[in-house]
Amino acid sequence: MRFLLPLAAFIVLVGFLAVGLGLKPREIPSPLVGKPAPVFQSPRLHEPDQILSSKDNLGKVWLLNVWASWCVSCREEHPLLVELSKSGIVPIYGLNYKDKPELALQWLGQYGDPYTVSVVDPEGRIGIDYGVYGVPETYVIDKDGVIRHKQIGPVTIESLEKKILPLIKELQG
Amino acid sequence: MIPELGNFSLILALLLALTQGTLPIIGAARGNLSWIALARPVVQGQFVFLAIAFGCLAYSFVNNDFSVINVARNSNSELPTHYRFAASWGSHEGSLLLWVLMLAGWSVAVSVFSRHLPDEMVARVLGVMGMVSVGFIMFMLITSNPFDRLLPAAFEGSDLNPLLQDFGMVIHPPMLYMGYVGFSVAFAFAIAALISGQMDAAWARWSRPWTTVAWVFLTIGIMLGSWWAYYELGWGGWWFWDPVENASFLPWMVGTALVHSLAVTEKRGSFKSWTLLLAISAFSLSLLGTFLVRSGVLTSVHAFATDPSRGIFILGFLVIVIGSSLLLFAWRAPKIGLGGKFDLVSRESMLLANNLLLVVAAGSVLLGTLYPLLMDSLDLGKISVGPPYFEAVFVPLMTPAIFLMGLGPLSRWKQASLPELAMRLRWAFGVSMATALLMPLVMGEWKPMVSFGLLLAFWVIATIFVSIRHRLQNSGQGSVFTRLARQSRSYYSMHLAHFGIAIFIIGVTLVNGYETEKDVRMEIGSTVEMGGYTFRFTGASPVTGPNYSAMRGDIEVLHNGEKIRVMQPEKRTYNASGMTMTEPAIDTGFIRDLYVALGEPLEDGAWVVRVYHKPFVDWIWFGCLLMAFGGMLAVSDRRYRLKINTKPIEAATEEKDGGRAPSGNRLATGGKKG
Amino acid sequence: MIPDLLNTRGRKQMILLLILALLSPLNWAKEAAPVAEDPVIEKRMLALSEDLRCLVCQNESLAGSRADFANDLRREIREQLKEGKKDQEIIDFLVARYGDFVLYNPPMKPTTYLLWIGPFAFLLIGAAILFFYLKMRRRQIEEPSLTDDQHRHAESLLKDDKGNNA
Repeated sequence: MRFLLPLAAFIVLVGFLAVGLGLKPREIPSPLVGKPAPVFQSPRLHEPDQILSSKDNLGKVWLLNVWASWCVSCREEHPLLVELSKSGIVPIYGLNYKDKPELALQWLGQYGDPYTVSVVDPEGRIGIDYGVYGVPETYVIDKDGVIRHKQIGPVTIESLEKKILPLIKELQG
Repeated sequence: MIPELGNFSLILALLLALTQGTLPIIGAARGNLSWIALARPVVQGQFVFLAIAFGCLAYSFVNNDFSVINVARNSNSELPTHYRFAASWGSHEGSLLLWVLMLAGWSVAVSVFSRHLPDEMVARVLGVMGMVSVGFIMFMLITSNPFDRLLPAAFEGSDLNPLLQDFGMVIHPPMLYMGYVGFSVAFAFAIAALISGQMDAAWARWSRPWTTVAWVFLTIGIMLGSWWAYYELGWGGWWFWDPVENASFLPWMVGTALVHSLAVTEKRGSFKSWTLLLAISAFSLSLLGTFLVRSGVLTSVHAFATDPSRGIFILGFLVIVIGSSLLLFAWRAPKIGLGGKFDLVSRESMLLANNLLLVVAAGSVLLGTLYPLLMDSLDLGKISVGPPYFEAVFVPLMTPAIFLMGLGPLSRWKQASLPELAMRLRWAFGVSMATALLMPLVMGEWKPMVSFGLLLAFWVIATIFVSIRHRLQNSGQGSVFTRLARQSRSYYSMHLAHFGIAIFIIGVTLVNGYETEKDVRMEIGSTVEMGGYTFRFTGASPVTGPNYSAMRGDIEVLHNGEKIRVMQPEKRTYNASGMTMTEPAIDTGFIRDLYVALGEPLEDGAWVVRVYHKPFVDWIWFGCLLMAFGGMLAVSDRRYRLKINTKPIEAATEEKDGGRAPSGNRLATGGKKG
Repeated sequence: MIPDLLNTRGRKQMILLLILALLSPLNWAKEAAPVAEDPVIEKRMLALSEDLRCLVCQNESLAGSRADFANDLRREIREQLKEGKKDQEIIDFLVARYGDFVLYNPPMKPTTYLLWIGPFAFLLIGAAILFFYLKMRRRQIEEPSLTDDQHRHAESLLKDDKGNNA
């Protein structure tokens, strides 16, 4: 009987390894989901003399999309965001992360601007508050200003249809 | 054409491996002599075809054949020739080919150096190794063919990762793989013993030198990897407890336990089932390491580019190889006899305790390495397990092991007496205690952890002296030198390896305790003082390498007002990838390293420079080398060369379950002569 | 510096330094300035960031990584240390944003009990098994005393052994 123990231990190990193959070790879930979104007050990208406060968004469901002109995979998700903003389902706010305003504006001019407002975060400080560790990232924030979901990496059709849109509908309803 | 030839050779090697993995084993079971006789030639044939395949890959790399995907992704025409050759094993695919080539190399060695073994035993051993080879060659051909073509061919290759463009890349992977793969021999002997049902001490004697050689390679491989990380990564660390490092350390720890356990099984016929299990485990952990590095389940600095289909294949392979071995073990092990009798206090029990500590330490490192995966797969959140955990767990587990290391060699087989040991070792303990308390004062500052580390090291050294002195007193007449010369090499090899551990501990302790570093802005002509040395920055100038451009700093080092050398750290930018690399300059010394690395450039030719003074850091790797030399010395012992004299030992060690061995302390303590 | 406050040895050194400075062909080289504005805070920051993980890197610490993300977080830690925050407060700040993943030293929690206690449990269980196994083993192996024949055999082996040694 005791000679079967090594085999039993190995079988357990294989079980974990098999499950592990399907996991994404590089995606780290945010502890902020379910917590109030950190408050920020920051200049707008288009009108740098005007300040946007995240408190202004209380009472509506909104998306916060972290983007930058230097970010390659932002280009990947951008058409989807433009389309989403056209549909008018949900307002998208942009957090222009560690970017130069002139490059950011040029980038928006080239690829389209899906953002209701973009605010700038030149030193990445708002990013740290939101636990941003890679760009792009997208947060779904509800009427009470609570973060309900964090999309790590580019938004895809799949993640939009399966997770983000149903969640928005539920939160708006 | 050449890559196709390589591919074809690989397929032929697979066919031969299939033959090798089946017919000789069946032949041994049925007593079919011609099938048994097939083993040796098939092994040698497989090796030839794998060598051709490897030669074709190396040829493609050296000649910049960018129509091969593997070459296009991992090489570049500007890359110096020796790195192009080393790039053959720089990628996942190429390193697998190196792996199977080495497996075939070990198999050939077994087929050549096993003339004195029974033919059916050799057939089974080579058959098991053939099955392992089948798995790996199939893995390559199905998921990771190194010869896959790229159509149309790339004009230029995207370059070998600059981190790998170093002499370390030329020697470290082959050494490490020789170690990993070498454990397959011990594994194959263990499986062959289980299949045949002949689980007496004979298999232990046969597989012992093979295990030791594999252990030597693994020791050197890990040591080279650590040294390489030290001088290449640019901030002077030498061990990071990264999953991939742990993957090499796990088989090392279990292999170390195996080397010791084999000694007992061979000499005393005890722990047979435990030794078999260790032999299976050491190689299984090598395979597990392969899985961890190549499947992408863990993030690591050293991991290969990953692909889930590869992970599934290796996992399936693991299940077949390890699962069936453990099943075979569970089936056969209950029939294994117990071996000779020994007391609770005896060399056997101490070796067993040391084995336990090594295996528990290995289990803990494995637990720490896999725990993030474990939690994630149970959806309990993601955590990281890093150096603080491993240090907190590893040191307390190894401390009693080091203590036993001093006790074991002085204890008798079968029955030792604690009071007698205490008598003999009291001055060793006193001396090591006193030295450990005083030494840190010599270094300038007393620190408890330094004192503790040194206590362990000096304990090992002092007990070695006691053991040799005791041995000489019992070695009959003659001068000290004739009596010294009378001791066997395996006796010295043990002490040399243990001495290596002591040296290693001294290095680790002192560098952790007294290392200093400074991060400074150096203008031209400015100086920084450290550890009694003055570093003067005299400027940085551009240099052009074969495939990079660099800024090279000139830093004069002065000691007691005299200039002792100029250190030239570089900041390189590689042409093909655009990656920047910090190339530190190191002044290696017996009692310290001076380590200088360039940071960022500032205005007016000034640079940020990091300067380190690392006392005794080279003792870490020197200690590992001593361990490896100890292993080599053990293998060169005359009892492996003179097979004629093995008869008497056989009578002495081949104890039946009742333990009817001729006893007598003289024989029991010194029974390894032959 | 006020000369009166220097002891004799210090004064001698000063004079020596002055002479050396005058003799050296170049001006007496000046001591390079540390990069960090405040070396004490820098040291604390490095010690702290050594045990924190750079999230974007392939398993590197914040102290070891040169990634942009690691630079930002090191800056953040430095600033918070300057504000007089304690190490634990900074760790809590980071954990609130990035989760336990950022810690190389995993916290003791119900989910990590196995991790922290496991090794020592392995050892205790192993030691207990070893102890009882050895006791059982001793009972199982009844070592019969040697017959005269075997004694003679052993003697001859010992002689053989000595012969080999010579």
